[in-house]
Amino acid sequence: MTIKPEDIYKIAPHHRFQWEKAQDCYVILFPEGMVKLNGGAGEVLNLVNDNLSVEKITEALTKKFPDADGIDKDIIGMIEMALEKAWIEKTN
Amino acid sequence: MVEKNNGVSSNTTATQPLWLLAEITYQCPLQCAFCYNPTDFDKHTQNELDTESWIKVLRQARDLGAAQLGISGGEPLLRKDIEEIVIEASSLGYYSNLITSGAGMNEKRIDALKDGGLDHIQLSMHDITEEINNFITNTKTFKLKQKIAAMIKDRGYPMVLNVVLHRYNIDHIKEILEMAEGLGADYIELANTQYYGWSLVNRDQLMPKKEQVLHAEKVTNEFRERIGNKMKIFFVVPDYYDDRPKKCMNGWGEVFMIVTANGDVLPCHSARVIPNLEFPNVRNTDVKQIWYDSPAFNKFRGTDWMKEPCRSCSEKENDLGGCRCQAMLLAGDAESADPVCSKSPNRHLIDQAIKDTENPGLEAKPIMFRSNKNSKKISEGEEKERLAKFHALP
Repeated sequence: MTIKPEDIYKIAPHHRFQWEKAQDCYVILFPEGMVKLNGGAGEVLNLVNDNLSVEKITEALTKKFPDADGIDKDIIGMIEMALEKAWIEKTN
Repeated sequence: MVEKNNGVSSNTTATQPLWLLAEITYQCPLQCAFCYNPTDFDKHTQNELDTESWIKVLRQARDLGAAQLGISGGEPLLRKDIEEIVIEASSLGYYSNLITSGAGMNEKRIDALKDGGLDHIQLSMHDITEEINNFITNTKTFKLKQKIAAMIKDRGYPMVLNVVLHRYNIDHIKEILEMAEGLGADYIELANTQYYGWSLVNRDQLMPKKEQVLHAEKVTNEFRERIGNKMKIFFVVPDYYDDRPKKCMNGWGEVFMIVTANGDVLPCHSARVIPNLEFPNVRNTDVKQIWYDSPAFNKFRGTDWMKEPCRSCSEKENDLGGCRCQAMLLAGDAESADPVCSKSPNRHLIDQAIKDTENPGLEAKPIMFRSNKNSKKISEGEEKERLAKFHALP
Protein backbone atom coordinates (compact mmCIF):
# COMPACT_ATOMS: atom_id res chain seq x y z
CA MET A 1 0.00 0.00 0.00
CA THR A 2 1.31 3.44 -0.90
CA ILE A 3 1.35 5.85 2.02
CA LYS A 4 0.03 9.29 1.00
CA PRO A 5 0.52 12.57 2.92
CA GLU A 6 -3.21 12.97 3.53
CA ASP A 7 -3.65 9.47 4.96
CA ILE A 8 -4.88 9.22 8.53
CA TYR A 9 -4.40 6.02 10.47
CA LYS A 10 -5.57 4.78 13.84
CA ILE A 11 -4.56 2.09 16.29
CA ALA A 12 -6.24 -1.13 15.13
CA PRO A 13 -9.17 -2.59 17.07
CA HIS A 14 -8.18 -4.98 19.86
CA HIS A 15 -4.84 -3.18 20.21
CA ARG A 16 -3.90 -0.67 22.82
CA PHE A 17 -1.13 1.91 22.57
CA GLN A 18 0.12 3.32 25.83
CA TRP A 19 3.10 4.78 27.65
CA GLU A 20 4.70 2.39 30.11
CA LYS A 21 6.46 4.20 32.88
CA ALA A 22 8.29 1.13 34.17
CA GLN A 23 9.68 0.32 30.70
CA ASP A 24 10.22 3.98 29.83
CA CYS A 25 8.75 3.48 26.36
CA TYR A 26 5.52 3.27 24.41
CA VAL A 27 4.08 -0.21 23.96
CA ILE A 28 1.39 -1.88 21.92
CA LEU A 29 -0.69 -4.42 23.74
CA PHE A 30 -2.92 -7.00 22.09
CA PRO A 31 -4.13 -10.51 22.82
CA GLU A 32 -1.17 -12.68 23.76
CA GLY A 33 1.35 -9.97 23.03
CA MET A 34 3.14 -6.82 23.96
CA VAL A 35 5.63 -4.98 21.83
CA LYS A 36 7.97 -2.36 23.23
CA LEU A 37 8.51 0.41 20.72
CA ASN A 38 11.79 2.21 20.31
CA GLY A 39 11.88 5.99 20.55
CA GLY A 40 11.19 6.76 16.88
CA ALA A 41 8.41 4.22 16.38
CA GLY A 42 6.82 5.36 19.65
CA GLU A 43 6.84 9.02 18.57
CA VAL A 44 5.21 8.19 15.23
CA LEU A 45 2.51 5.97 16.69
CA ASN A 46 1.79 8.50 19.40
CA LEU A 47 0.90 11.01 16.68
CA VAL A 48 -1.05 8.36 14.74
CA ASN A 49 -2.97 7.86 17.97
CA ASP A 50 -3.71 11.60 17.97
CA ASN A 51 -5.44 11.21 14.55
CA LEU A 52 -2.85 13.24 12.66
CA SER A 53 -2.32 12.76 8.93
CA VAL A 54 1.04 11.52 7.68
CA GLU A 55 1.80 15.06 6.52
CA LYS A 56 1.06 16.53 9.96
CA ILE A 57 3.08 13.79 11.66
CA THR A 58 6.05 14.62 9.40
CA GLU A 59 5.67 18.32 10.12
CA ALA A 60 5.51 17.78 13.86
CA LEU A 61 8.51 15.47 14.00
CA THR A 62 10.62 17.58 11.65
CA LYS A 63 10.03 20.49 13.98
CA LYS A 64 10.86 18.38 17.01
CA PHE A 65 14.00 16.84 15.49
CA PRO A 66 15.33 19.46 13.01
CA ASP A 67 18.71 17.76 12.65
CA ALA A 68 17.40 14.32 11.73
CA ASP A 69 18.12 13.55 8.08
CA GLY A 70 15.50 11.74 6.00
CA ILE A 71 12.94 11.78 8.77
CA ASP A 72 10.08 11.67 6.25
CA LYS A 73 11.35 8.35 4.88
CA ASP A 74 11.73 6.96 8.40
CA ILE A 75 8.16 7.92 9.23
CA ILE A 76 6.80 6.23 6.09
CA GLY A 77 8.90 3.16 6.94
CA MET A 78 7.47 2.97 10.43
CA ILE A 79 3.91 3.37 9.22
CA GLU A 80 4.46 0.62 6.67
CA MET A 81 5.86 -1.63 9.36
CA ALA A 82 2.94 -0.91 11.71
CA LEU A 83 0.47 -1.62 8.88
CA GLU A 84 2.17 -4.88 8.04
CA LYS A 85 1.97 -5.91 11.70
CA ALA A 86 -1.71 -4.87 11.69
CA TRP A 87 -1.14 -2.54 14.66
CA ILE A 88 -2.78 0.35 12.78
CA GLU A 89 -5.37 0.76 10.06
CA LYS A 90 -6.39 3.48 7.64
CA THR A 91 -9.35 5.65 8.50
CA ASN A 92 -9.83 7.74 5.35
CA MET B 1 5.75 -12.94 23.92
CA VAL B 2 7.92 -9.90 23.62
CA GLU B 3 8.68 -9.56 19.96
CA LYS B 4 11.84 -8.05 18.60
CA ASN B 5 11.30 -6.34 15.31
CA ASN B 6 12.29 -3.43 13.21
CA GLY B 7 11.36 -0.37 15.21
CA VAL B 8 11.02 -2.37 18.35
CA SER B 9 13.28 -2.06 21.31
CA SER B 10 15.61 -4.98 21.78
CA ASN B 11 16.59 -4.02 25.29
CA THR B 12 15.49 -6.97 27.36
CA THR B 13 18.31 -6.94 29.89
CA ALA B 14 16.41 -5.20 32.67
CA THR B 15 14.13 -7.88 34.01
CA GLN B 16 10.68 -6.71 34.92
CA PRO B 17 7.57 -8.79 35.09
CA LEU B 18 5.57 -8.02 31.94
CA TRP B 19 2.99 -10.75 32.39
CA LEU B 20 1.04 -11.42 35.53
CA LEU B 21 -0.98 -14.60 35.61
CA ALA B 22 -3.56 -14.66 38.38
CA GLU B 23 -4.53 -18.28 39.02
CA ILE B 24 -7.42 -17.06 41.02
CA THR B 25 -8.95 -20.39 42.00
CA TYR B 26 -8.09 -24.05 41.51
CA GLN B 27 -11.74 -25.01 41.53
CA CYS B 28 -13.05 -26.02 38.13
CA PRO B 29 -16.20 -27.80 36.99
CA LEU B 30 -14.30 -29.32 34.06
CA GLN B 31 -11.94 -32.24 34.59
CA CYS B 32 -9.58 -31.94 31.63
CA ALA B 33 -7.13 -34.79 31.33
CA PHE B 34 -4.38 -32.43 30.13
CA CYS B 35 -4.69 -29.75 32.82
CA TYR B 36 -1.32 -28.38 33.88
CA ASN B 37 -2.56 -27.48 37.37
CA PRO B 38 -0.78 -29.30 40.18
CA THR B 39 -2.04 -32.82 40.75
CA ASP B 40 -2.29 -31.97 44.46
CA PHE B 41 -4.38 -28.82 43.83
CA ASP B 42 -6.70 -30.28 46.38
CA LYS B 43 -4.19 -29.11 49.03
CA HIS B 44 -4.23 -25.55 47.68
CA THR B 45 -7.94 -24.94 47.35
CA GLN B 46 -8.40 -23.68 50.90
CA ASN B 47 -7.39 -20.22 51.88
CA GLU B 48 -7.94 -18.43 48.56
CA LEU B 49 -6.93 -14.77 48.45
CA ASP B 50 -9.84 -12.39 48.92
CA THR B 51 -10.76 -9.55 46.57
CA GLU B 52 -8.85 -6.95 48.52
CA SER B 53 -5.67 -9.01 48.43
CA TRP B 54 -5.97 -9.48 44.67
CA ILE B 55 -6.38 -5.75 44.19
CA LYS B 56 -3.25 -5.18 46.23
CA VAL B 57 -1.36 -7.70 44.08
CA LEU B 58 -2.54 -6.02 40.88
CA ARG B 59 -1.35 -2.63 42.09
CA GLN B 60 2.04 -3.85 43.23
CA ALA B 61 2.71 -5.81 40.04
CA ARG B 62 1.59 -2.94 37.85
CA ASP B 63 4.00 -0.59 39.64
CA LEU B 64 6.72 -3.05 38.83
CA GLY B 65 5.90 -3.01 35.12
CA ALA B 66 3.43 -5.85 34.50
CA ALA B 67 1.17 -4.88 31.61
CA GLN B 68 -0.48 -8.12 30.49
CA LEU B 69 -2.83 -9.70 32.98
CA GLY B 70 -4.24 -13.19 32.61
CA ILE B 71 -7.07 -14.10 34.96
CA SER B 72 -7.05 -17.84 35.06
CA GLY B 73 -7.64 -20.85 37.26
CA GLY B 74 -9.17 -23.46 37.56
CA GLU B 75 -12.22 -21.69 36.25
CA PRO B 76 -11.97 -18.03 37.27
CA LEU B 77 -15.69 -17.41 36.75
CA LEU B 78 -16.42 -19.56 39.78
CA ARG B 79 -15.33 -16.50 41.76
CA LYS B 80 -18.00 -13.86 42.20
CA ASP B 81 -15.51 -10.99 42.28
CA ILE B 82 -14.00 -11.23 38.78
CA GLU B 83 -15.98 -8.17 37.71
CA GLU B 84 -14.50 -6.14 40.56
CA ILE B 85 -10.98 -7.35 39.80
CA VAL B 86 -11.41 -6.48 36.11
CA ILE B 87 -12.50 -2.92 36.94
CA GLU B 88 -9.37 -2.45 39.03
CA ALA B 89 -7.14 -4.03 36.34
CA SER B 90 -8.57 -1.71 33.72
CA SER B 91 -8.10 1.42 35.81
CA LEU B 92 -4.47 0.42 36.40
CA GLY B 93 -3.84 0.11 32.65
CA TYR B 94 -3.47 -3.66 32.34
CA TYR B 95 -4.37 -5.36 29.10
CA SER B 96 -6.60 -7.92 30.72
CA ASN B 97 -7.50 -11.39 29.57
CA LEU B 98 -10.00 -13.77 31.08
CA ILE B 99 -8.91 -17.36 30.45
CA THR B 100 -12.02 -19.46 30.74
CA SER B 101 -13.74 -22.70 29.87
CA GLY B 102 -16.95 -20.72 29.53
CA ALA B 103 -18.52 -22.35 32.58
CA GLY B 104 -20.05 -19.65 34.77
CA MET B 105 -20.40 -17.12 31.94
CA ASN B 106 -23.78 -15.59 31.14
CA GLU B 107 -25.20 -12.51 29.38
CA LYS B 108 -25.16 -10.40 32.51
CA ARG B 109 -21.59 -11.20 33.44
CA ILE B 110 -20.15 -10.80 29.96
CA ASP B 111 -21.75 -7.33 29.76
CA ALA B 112 -20.47 -6.37 33.21
CA LEU B 113 -16.97 -7.52 32.28
CA LYS B 114 -17.08 -5.50 29.07
CA ASP B 115 -18.27 -2.42 30.95
CA GLY B 116 -15.53 -3.01 33.51
CA GLY B 117 -12.89 -2.83 30.80
CA LEU B 118 -11.96 -6.46 30.16
CA ASP B 119 -9.88 -6.50 26.96
CA HIS B 120 -10.31 -10.05 25.82
CA ILE B 121 -11.56 -13.48 26.65
CA GLN B 122 -9.64 -16.60 25.81
CA LEU B 123 -12.01 -19.50 25.48
CA SER B 124 -10.83 -23.09 25.59
CA MET B 125 -12.24 -25.35 22.90
CA HIS B 126 -11.52 -29.02 22.60
CA ASP B 127 -12.71 -30.48 19.37
CA ILE B 128 -15.20 -30.25 16.55
CA THR B 129 -17.02 -33.26 17.92
CA GLU B 130 -19.20 -33.28 20.98
CA GLU B 131 -17.94 -36.76 21.75
CA ILE B 132 -14.26 -35.81 22.14
CA ASN B 133 -15.04 -32.51 23.88
CA ASN B 134 -17.11 -34.27 26.48
CA PHE B 135 -14.69 -37.16 26.82
CA ILE B 136 -11.51 -35.15 27.39
CA THR B 137 -13.13 -32.69 29.81
CA ASN B 138 -15.23 -35.41 31.46
CA THR B 139 -18.18 -33.01 31.29
CA LYS B 140 -20.99 -32.18 28.89
CA THR B 141 -19.69 -28.78 27.83
CA PHE B 142 -19.64 -28.86 24.03
CA LYS B 143 -22.80 -26.82 23.46
CA LEU B 144 -21.88 -24.39 26.22
CA LYS B 145 -18.62 -23.55 24.45
CA GLN B 146 -20.34 -22.91 21.14
CA LYS B 147 -22.78 -20.60 22.92
CA ILE B 148 -20.08 -18.66 24.78
CA ALA B 149 -18.00 -18.29 21.60
CA ALA B 150 -20.96 -16.61 19.92
CA MET B 151 -21.49 -14.38 22.96
CA ILE B 152 -17.84 -13.25 22.92
CA LYS B 153 -18.07 -12.35 19.24
CA ASP B 154 -21.37 -10.58 19.71
CA ARG B 155 -19.96 -8.33 22.44
CA GLY B 156 -17.07 -7.21 20.24
CA TYR B 157 -14.27 -8.86 22.18
CA PRO B 158 -11.32 -10.18 20.20
CA MET B 159 -12.13 -13.84 19.68
CA VAL B 160 -9.23 -15.83 21.08
CA LEU B 161 -9.56 -19.59 21.09
CA ASN B 162 -7.23 -22.00 22.78
CA VAL B 163 -7.20 -25.62 21.73
CA VAL B 164 -4.95 -28.03 23.57
CA LEU B 165 -3.84 -30.73 21.14
CA HIS B 166 -3.46 -34.39 22.03
CA ARG B 167 -3.88 -37.68 20.28
CA TYR B 168 -7.68 -37.55 20.42
CA ASN B 169 -8.10 -34.29 18.53
CA ILE B 170 -4.86 -33.62 16.66
CA ASP B 171 -6.04 -35.39 13.51
CA HIS B 172 -9.03 -33.02 13.38
CA ILE B 173 -6.80 -30.00 13.04
CA LYS B 174 -8.18 -28.89 9.68
CA GLU B 175 -11.75 -29.07 10.93
CA ILE B 176 -10.79 -27.29 14.16
CA LEU B 177 -9.24 -24.44 12.16
CA GLU B 178 -12.31 -24.28 9.94
CA MET B 179 -14.52 -24.15 13.01
CA ALA B 180 -12.45 -21.25 14.38
CA GLU B 181 -12.74 -19.44 11.06
CA GLY B 182 -16.49 -20.04 11.05
CA LEU B 183 -16.80 -18.61 14.56
CA GLY B 184 -14.90 -15.52 13.40
CA ALA B 185 -11.87 -16.11 15.61
CA ASP B 186 -9.18 -13.43 15.50
CA TYR B 187 -6.61 -15.65 17.18
CA ILE B 188 -6.29 -19.35 17.72
CA GLU B 189 -3.67 -20.99 19.84
CA LEU B 190 -3.06 -24.61 18.97
CA ALA B 191 -1.19 -25.70 22.03
CA ASN B 192 0.33 -29.13 21.85
CA THR B 193 0.07 -30.64 25.30
CA GLN B 194 3.07 -29.97 27.48
CA TYR B 195 3.53 -32.67 30.06
CA TYR B 196 3.14 -31.27 33.56
CA GLY B 197 0.61 -31.92 36.28
CA TRP B 198 -2.36 -33.94 35.04
CA SER B 199 -1.09 -34.19 31.49
CA LEU B 200 2.08 -35.89 32.73
CA VAL B 201 0.00 -38.38 34.69
CA ASN B 202 -1.90 -39.06 31.45
CA ARG B 203 1.02 -38.80 29.07
CA ASP B 204 0.71 -42.35 27.72
CA GLN B 205 -2.89 -41.68 26.82
CA LEU B 206 -2.48 -38.16 25.43
CA MET B 207 0.76 -38.04 23.52
CA PRO B 208 0.34 -38.13 19.77
CA LYS B 209 2.62 -40.03 17.44
CA LYS B 210 5.27 -38.15 15.51
CA GLU B 211 3.47 -38.46 12.18
CA GLN B 212 0.34 -36.98 13.75
CA VAL B 213 2.30 -33.93 14.89
CA LEU B 214 4.01 -33.49 11.53
CA HIS B 215 0.66 -33.72 9.78
CA ALA B 216 -0.90 -31.16 12.12
CA GLU B 217 1.95 -28.75 11.56
CA LYS B 218 1.70 -29.12 7.78
CA VAL B 219 -2.05 -28.56 7.76
CA THR B 220 -1.66 -25.53 10.05
CA ASN B 221 0.96 -23.97 7.78
CA GLU B 222 -1.22 -24.46 4.71
CA PHE B 223 -4.20 -22.94 6.49
CA ARG B 224 -2.11 -20.01 7.70
CA GLU B 225 -0.93 -19.35 4.18
CA ARG B 226 -4.50 -19.21 2.94
CA ILE B 227 -6.01 -17.12 5.72
CA GLY B 228 -3.20 -14.58 6.15
CA ASN B 229 -3.75 -11.84 8.73
CA LYS B 230 -7.48 -12.53 9.12
CA MET B 231 -6.86 -15.06 11.86
CA LYS B 232 -3.57 -15.31 13.71
CA ILE B 233 -2.55 -18.88 14.37
CA PHE B 234 -0.08 -19.83 17.07
CA PHE B 235 1.15 -23.39 16.88
CA VAL B 236 2.85 -24.28 20.15
CA VAL B 237 5.27 -27.03 19.22
CA PRO B 238 5.46 -30.21 21.28
CA ASP B 239 8.98 -30.10 22.67
CA TYR B 240 9.35 -33.88 22.94
CA TYR B 241 9.60 -34.09 19.15
CA ASP B 242 12.31 -31.45 19.00
CA ASP B 243 15.98 -31.94 19.76
CA ARG B 244 16.47 -28.64 21.54
CA PRO B 245 14.45 -27.57 24.57
CA LYS B 246 12.09 -24.63 24.70
CA LYS B 247 13.22 -21.40 26.36
CA CYS B 248 10.71 -22.06 29.08
CA MET B 249 8.73 -18.99 30.24
CA ASN B 250 11.23 -16.95 28.23
CA GLY B 251 13.60 -17.54 31.14
CA TRP B 252 13.03 -18.13 34.85
CA GLY B 253 12.03 -14.86 36.52
CA GLU B 254 12.50 -12.91 33.28
CA VAL B 255 9.01 -11.75 32.27
CA PHE B 256 6.39 -13.99 33.88
CA MET B 257 4.99 -14.02 37.36
CA ILE B 258 2.22 -16.30 38.54
CA VAL B 259 0.23 -15.62 41.66
CA THR B 260 -1.69 -18.71 42.70
CA ALA B 261 -5.04 -18.96 44.42
CA ASN B 262 -3.60 -18.98 47.92
CA GLY B 263 -1.11 -16.19 47.22
CA ASP B 264 2.04 -18.20 46.53
CA VAL B 265 4.08 -16.55 43.79
CA LEU B 266 5.77 -18.74 41.19
CA PRO B 267 8.06 -18.06 38.23
CA CYS B 268 6.21 -20.71 36.20
CA HIS B 269 3.06 -22.81 36.45
CA SER B 270 4.75 -25.96 37.71
CA ALA B 271 7.54 -24.55 39.87
CA ARG B 272 6.16 -26.18 43.00
CA VAL B 273 7.54 -29.52 41.83
CA ILE B 274 11.07 -28.30 42.48
CA PRO B 275 12.07 -29.43 45.95
CA ASN B 276 13.73 -27.24 48.55
CA LEU B 277 12.44 -24.03 47.04
CA GLU B 278 10.29 -21.93 49.27
CA PHE B 279 7.85 -19.82 47.30
CA PRO B 280 7.04 -16.44 48.76
CA ASN B 281 3.46 -15.42 49.43
CA VAL B 282 1.80 -12.06 48.75
CA ARG B 283 0.12 -12.15 52.16
CA ASN B 284 3.38 -11.32 53.86
CA THR B 285 5.77 -10.14 51.15
CA ASP B 286 5.59 -7.29 48.68
CA VAL B 287 5.56 -8.30 44.99
CA LYS B 288 8.63 -6.17 44.30
CA GLN B 289 10.61 -7.89 46.99
CA ILE B 290 9.45 -11.28 45.70
CA TRP B 291 10.49 -10.48 42.13
CA TYR B 292 13.90 -9.03 42.87
CA ASP B 293 15.04 -10.52 46.16
CA SER B 294 13.41 -13.88 46.81
CA PRO B 295 15.70 -16.91 46.56
CA ALA B 296 13.00 -18.72 44.53
CA PHE B 297 12.95 -16.09 41.77
CA ASN B 298 16.74 -15.81 41.67
CA LYS B 299 17.43 -19.53 41.74
CA PHE B 300 17.53 -20.12 37.97
CA ARG B 301 18.00 -16.62 36.61
CA GLY B 302 20.73 -16.30 34.00
CA THR B 303 23.19 -19.16 33.43
CA ASP B 304 25.34 -19.34 36.57
CA TRP B 305 23.34 -22.22 38.05
CA MET B 306 24.01 -24.50 35.09
CA LYS B 307 25.81 -27.81 35.15
CA GLU B 308 27.37 -29.61 32.21
CA PRO B 309 26.49 -30.08 29.40
CA CYS B 310 24.66 -26.73 29.60
CA ARG B 311 27.45 -24.76 31.24
CA SER B 312 29.84 -25.00 28.30
CA CYS B 313 27.18 -25.24 25.60
CA SER B 314 27.39 -22.63 22.83
CA GLU B 315 23.58 -22.53 22.67
CA LYS B 316 22.95 -21.96 26.38
CA GLU B 317 21.69 -18.41 25.90
CA ASN B 318 19.17 -19.56 23.27
CA ASP B 319 17.19 -21.84 25.53
CA LEU B 320 18.67 -21.29 29.01
CA GLY B 321 18.86 -25.04 29.44
CA GLY B 322 15.14 -25.55 28.79
CA CYS B 323 12.57 -26.22 31.45
CA ARG B 324 13.62 -26.66 35.10
CA CYS B 325 10.40 -28.43 36.01
CA GLN B 326 10.74 -30.91 33.16
CA ALA B 327 14.33 -31.62 34.24
CA MET B 328 13.04 -32.27 37.76
CA LEU B 329 10.00 -34.32 36.82
CA LEU B 330 11.75 -36.56 34.32
CA ALA B 331 15.39 -36.67 35.43
CA GLY B 332 14.98 -35.93 39.12
CA ASP B 333 17.38 -32.98 39.03
CA ALA B 334 16.14 -29.45 38.47
CA GLU B 335 19.65 -28.22 37.65
CA SER B 336 20.24 -30.73 34.90
CA ALA B 337 19.70 -30.10 31.19
CA ASP B 338 16.12 -30.43 30.02
CA PRO B 339 15.94 -34.08 28.85
CA VAL B 340 14.44 -32.88 25.58
CA CYS B 341 17.89 -31.67 24.55
CA SER B 342 19.77 -34.21 22.44
CA LYS B 343 22.91 -33.23 24.38
CA SER B 344 21.28 -34.23 27.68
CA PRO B 345 22.44 -37.54 29.18
CA ASN B 346 18.74 -38.12 29.93
CA ARG B 347 17.42 -37.80 26.37
CA HIS B 348 16.60 -41.54 26.43
CA LEU B 349 13.68 -40.70 28.76
CA ILE B 350 12.06 -38.66 26.01
CA ASP B 351 12.90 -41.22 23.35
CA GLN B 352 11.22 -43.88 25.47
CA ALA B 353 8.09 -41.72 25.81
CA ILE B 354 8.05 -41.35 22.02
CA LYS B 355 8.48 -45.09 21.60
CA ASP B 356 5.63 -45.64 24.04
CA THR B 357 3.24 -43.82 21.70
CA GLU B 358 3.45 -46.94 19.53
CA ASN B 359 2.45 -49.18 22.41
CA PRO B 360 -1.33 -49.66 22.40
CA GLY B 361 -1.18 -51.39 25.77
CA LEU B 362 -0.09 -48.20 27.50
CA GLU B 363 -2.57 -46.03 25.70
CA ALA B 364 -5.38 -48.32 26.76
CA LYS B 365 -4.90 -47.57 30.47
CA PRO B 366 -7.67 -45.37 31.84
CA ILE B 367 -7.22 -41.60 31.96
CA MET B 368 -7.09 -39.97 35.37
CA PHE B 369 -9.28 -36.92 35.08
CA ARG B 370 -8.54 -33.72 36.97
CA SER B 371 -11.05 -34.06 39.76
CA ASN B 372 -11.00 -33.26 43.45
CA LYS B 373 -11.35 -36.96 44.14
CA ASN B 374 -8.36 -37.92 42.00
CA SER B 375 -6.31 -35.06 43.39
CA LYS B 376 -6.98 -36.34 46.88
CA LYS B 377 -6.01 -39.86 45.80
CA ILE B 378 -2.69 -38.62 44.41
CA SER B 379 -2.01 -36.48 47.48
CA GLU B 380 -2.59 -39.49 49.67
CA GLY B 381 -0.16 -41.59 47.64
CA GLU B 382 -2.71 -43.99 46.16
CA GLU B 383 -1.38 -43.80 42.61
CA LYS B 384 2.24 -44.60 43.34
CA GLU B 385 2.63 -47.20 40.63
CA ARG B 386 1.39 -44.92 37.89
CA LEU B 387 3.60 -42.05 39.01
CA ALA B 388 6.71 -44.00 39.90
CA LYS B 389 8.65 -43.04 36.77
CA PHE B 390 8.19 -39.33 37.45
CA HIS B 391 9.94 -37.41 40.17
CA ALA B 392 8.39 -34.98 42.60
CA LEU B 393 4.79 -35.62 41.62
CA PRO B 394 2.36 -34.41 42.78
